[in-house]
Amino acid sequence: MTTVVDQPSTATPTNQRRARRRRTREIGGAGPWWALGTWIVTLIFFAPVAWMVLTSVHREADAATNPPSPFAPITFSNYGDLFDRGVRPYLINSATASIVSTLLVLLLAVPAAYALSIKPVEKWTDVMFFFLSTKFLPPIAALLPIYLIVKDAGMLDNVFTLVILYTSMNLPIAVWMMRSFLAEVPIEVLEAAQVDGAGLIRTLVSIVTPIATPGLAATSLICFIFSWNEFMFAVNLTAVRAATAPIFLVGFISSQGLFLAKLCAAATLVSLPVLIAGFAAQDKLVRGLSLGAVK
Amino acid sequence: MTALAPDAAVTAGTTQRRTARERWRLRGPLLPALIFTIVVTQIPFLVTIAVSTLNWNILQPSDKSFLGLGKYQSFAGLKNYGTVFTDSRLRTAVTNTVVLTASVVVVSLLIGLVLAILLDRKFPGRGLARTLLIAPFLVMPVASALLWKHALYNPDYGLFNGVLNWVWQLFGAAEGPTVDYVSKTPMPAVVAALVWQWTPFMMLILLAGLQSQPGDVLEAAKIDRASGLQTFRFITLPHLRQYIELSTLLGSIYVVQTFDAIFTITQGGPGAATTNLPYEIYLTMFRKYEYGEAAAAGVVVVAGTIIVATFALRVISSLFREEISR
Repeated sequence: MTTVVDQPSTATPTNQRRARRRRTREIGGAGPWWALGTWIVTLIFFAPVAWMVLTSVHREADAATNPPSPFAPITFSNYGDLFDRGVRPYLINSATASIVSTLLVLLLAVPAAYALSIKPVEKWTDVMFFFLSTKFLPPIAALLPIYLIVKDAGMLDNVFTLVILYTSMNLPIAVWMMRSFLAEVPIEVLEAAQVDGAGLIRTLVSIVTPIATPGLAATSLICFIFSWNEFMFAVNLTAVRAATAPIFLVGFISSQGLFLAKLCAAATLVSLPVLIAGFAAQDKLVRGLSLGAVK
Repeated sequence: MTALAPDAAVTAGTTQRRTARERWRLRGPLLPALIFTIVVTQIPFLVTIAVSTLNWNILQPSDKSFLGLGKYQSFAGLKNYGTVFTDSRLRTAVTNTVVLTASVVVVSLLIGLVLAILLDRKFPGRGLARTLLIAPFLVMPVASALLWKHALYNPDYGLFNGVLNWVWQLFGAAEGPTVDYVSKTPMPAVVAALVWQWTPFMMLILLAGLQSQPGDVLEAAKIDRASGLQTFRFITLPHLRQYIELSTLLGSIYVVQTFDAIFTITQGGPGAATTNLPYEIYLTMFRKYEYGEAAAAGVVVVAGTIIVATFALRVISSLFREEISR
C-alpha cells in the first residue's frame, strides 16, 4: 500500500530531483509498480469475463480442449445458433419486464421523491425508512403467497406479473436515489422562482428537471439492471410464454453433447445489455447500490 | 419493520402549522408509491405468517379453504416452527446460510478493500481498470454461475484444470491434476463464484468512502511526516469504518438471499452440503409441497434478516443524517 511514500532524500542532487519528482506524482498519483500491480490484479479479476467472451467466438471443439486453446480461429456462428434456437422471445420478455417495470417505477418514484425532498410531508424520514425496510425483506419468504395469489388470479406465466414484482422490488431504490438527486436542487433557487411568479409546472420544467435528469437516467439504468438479472421469481412464476433470458440460460444446458461455446455465447448475449447499462451508469452505480446512502 | 425509522425532528419546524387540506395536498404525490409498496410487499408477508400456522401439503387430501387460494388440512399452531428448528435438513440449511454469507461477505470485503485502495491512486488507465473490475457484478448472476460451473470448474475442460494442465506440461509432466471442484469442495466452489460477483460491490462502496476523505487532513498527516501505514491506520481506517459497516450489512442482506448460484452450480448438493435457506424453502415449497413448513421457514428468514437490517438501518440513518444536516 505504501510503495511510493517519498523517503526524506539523501544528499546527492539526482536523488533530490528524483524525490521532488516523486512528491509531485504522489499528490493523488502512484508509481509504475503500483500501476503494474493494480493492472495485474484487474486482469486476473476480469479473466473469467474475457474467457467467456473468447470462448463464445470459438467452435465447440476448440472450446472444450485441455489445455485450453485461446488462439483457436474465431467464428460468430454460435450467436447465430442462439437465434435459431429461439432466444428471441426470451429477450423480448426480459426487455418488456425490465423496461415496463422501470417506467412504472419512475412514474411512482418521482412524485414520491418530490414529496420527500422539495415539498416534504411531515415525518418524511419515517416514510423513507419504511421504503428502505421493504428492500431488506427476503423475496423468497414472499414467494409462496405471491405464487398462490398469482395462480388464483390466473396470472402465472404472464410477463405483467413480473412487471408488478420488479416494480415493487425497485421502487425503494428509486425513491431513495431520486430523493437524493432532488435534494440537490438548491432551495434558494426554488424560492427565487416562486418570488418571480413561476408556478408549479414552470418550476418543475425549468428548474427541477434540468438538475434531476442525470439522476433520472442513473435511476432507470439501475432499475433496469436489477430487473433484467432477476431469476428467482422468473423461474418459479413463468413457464413457456413469459420466460425471461435467465430461464433460457438455465434450460439451455440440459442438451447433450458439447455446449460450452454456445453457453458462453448465450451468457455473453444476455449479459450485454446490463454491461452496457452498468458501464454507462458506473459513476452513479454506487449511489444506487447503497440506496443513495453513499455518493 | 416500520417502527425502525428514526424520528423526523429535522423537518418538524417547517411542517408544523399546516391545515389538514394542505397536508393532504403535500401527501398526494407520495400516496401511489406508498400504497403500491404496502400492497405488494406487506400483504404477502401477512399471508406467509397465516400459512405458517397451517398443516398444508397439497399432495394430501384437504377440505378447508384458505382465503379461496387453496385447500389445507388443519390448523397447526406453532408446530411448523418446531419442525423448522428441529428438522435436520433445515438446521443444515441454517448453518450453510451462515457459513456461505459470512465467508462471501468477509472475503469479498477484504479483496474489495485492497482493490479500492489500489484504485484510489491515479495511474494510467485507472478509469478502464475500474470499468473492468465492476464487470463481474454486471454479468447476469445466472450467467456467471453457469460460467463458473462449466467454463471454469469443469474437471475435463474447465479453465482452472486447463491452466493447471498447461503449467504441468510446461514443466515436463505428462498431465496436470484433474480436480472436480464442484463435487470435492462444493461450498468453497460456490463461495468463490459469489465472492467474484460481490467484490465489485464492496469495492465501489469502499472506494467512494476513500475518495470522500477530506484532503486537508491527509495533507496535514503528510506534513507531520506520518508514514503511509500510520495515515491508513489512524486516519483512513476510522473514516472508512461506516463505509465498511454499510458494505458488510448490505452485502449480508443481499448474499443471504442467494438463490441463483445454488440453483445453478450445485442444486444444493451433494446431499444438502450447499443447501441454503432460500433454496431449502424453494425445495420445501415446490418439491415436497409442504406449504406450512415453507412459510414457517420463510418467517424465520425474515426474522433473521430484520436483526441484521436493524443494524444496517442504523448505519444508513447516520450517513443519511450527516447528509441532510449538511
